[in-house]
Amino acid sequence: MAKTLKINTAWCKGCGICAEFCPPKVLDIVREKVVLKDMDKCTKCALCELRCPDFAIYVETEEVAG
Amino acid sequence: MADIMASNLIRQTFRTDKLPHIWCQGCGHGVLMRAAAQAILNVGFDPDKVCIVSGIGCSSRAPGYMNYNTLHTTHGRAIAFATGVKLAKPELHVIVMTGDGDAAAIGGNHFIHAARRNIGITTIVFNNSIYGMTGGQYSPTTPMYDTATTAPYGNIEQTFDLCKLADASGASYVARTTAYHVPQAIKIFEKALLNKGFSVVDAISGCPTYYGRKNKKGNAVQMMKWMKDNSIDFKTAEKMTADEIKDKIITGEYKNAPAPEYCEIYQKEVIDKVLKGDAI
Ligand SMILES: Cc1ncc(C[n+]2csc(CCOP(=O)(O)OP(=O)(O)O)c2C)c(N)n1
Ligand code: SF4
Ligand code: SF4
Repeated sequence: MAKTLKINTAWCKGCGICAEFCPPKVLDIVREKVVLKDMDKCTKCALCELRCPDFAIYVETEEVAG
Repeated sequence: MADIMASNLIRQTFRTDKLPHIWCQGCGHGVLMRAAAQAILNVGFDPDKVCIVSGIGCSSRAPGYMNYNTLHTTHGRAIAFATGVKLAKPELHVIVMTGDGDAAAIGGNHFIHAARRNIGITTIVFNNSIYGMTGGQYSPTTPMYDTATTAPYGNIEQTFDLCKLADASGASYVARTTAYHVPQAIKIFEKALLNKGFSVVDAISGCPTYYGRKNKKGNAVQMMKWMKDNSIDFKTAEKMTADEIKDKIITGEYKNAPAPEYCEIYQKEVIDKVLKGDAI
């Protein structure tokens, strides 16, 4: 099971809520859209997913083959 | 579906072809709607047995996005329509999503009487202390002296405390949460959904576009910070003075007192008697 942070840029309205309350501060807003600055420091806590008003950011659990 | 980039929760419970929603950048309504969808999923209701009803307002757009049986009705009448649905089909889980204007101003009478009957409806008020959709008029939950387009000198009316109003009117489950406190919101929504009678959740939302701007409460992030920094739970509030809690958002469970539900009483005391041919 691998967890990845996914961003749907088309749905992001750039409010900045996710970035502000991200505990390790790995998100940033660039030209009104969220960007992940540092994948390695993201703990996949999914607090961004809980608070995003637009469902534009989420943590996905993928089954890893093999 | 496969090409839509969204979490499992969103794919499962939303009409993804209707997304992104129309709400403004950072509107708290989106956060609360997602939390409600998570709670509906968590309690394991059969989706075919869920019916979400709303009135008119930004908040009342919510059911349009949610993939359940949904009814978007007229301003202030969500609870009246929901009462009809529940009486006709008591087996449904009827949920009202409404605004502070929709529920407490034009719809205030329906609100108190549904509470008085303790009818099995879960009412989630997306309370942003303003009429968002129509451009920022003050509502019954606008704090005193705050400004609105209809109160340029400040609102001189007292504020409804929706928890106290619901409690005094007879609701059996009453709670308050905010768009910042999402894990708490999900838990509270779950309990509200599982209560058999009338449940009310005063869910504090943020309208950065009108309330935030009019009252210098800032943008979406600042409004969320404000909820974070100014919320205390009911137990802590009990030990504080009136002055100390004046501008606070008091969150948590206000009342959890299961009581006989209206449709069940109606079945037993009226329908069953009529069917048996009991003479009056
Ligand atoms: C009978 C009637 N009166 C007035 C209106 C205009 N109107 C539409 S939405 C609304 C208020 C919405 O405020 P609220 O319920 O708090 O929801 P919000 O938009 O803030 O989420 C009003 C007054 C209407 N649509 N119908
Ligand atoms: S909270 Fe959502 S909409 Fe707001 S900036 Fe982050 S991803 Fe974009
Ligand atoms: S006007 Fe206010 S309540 Fe309506 S969508 Fe915009 S921020 Fe939300």
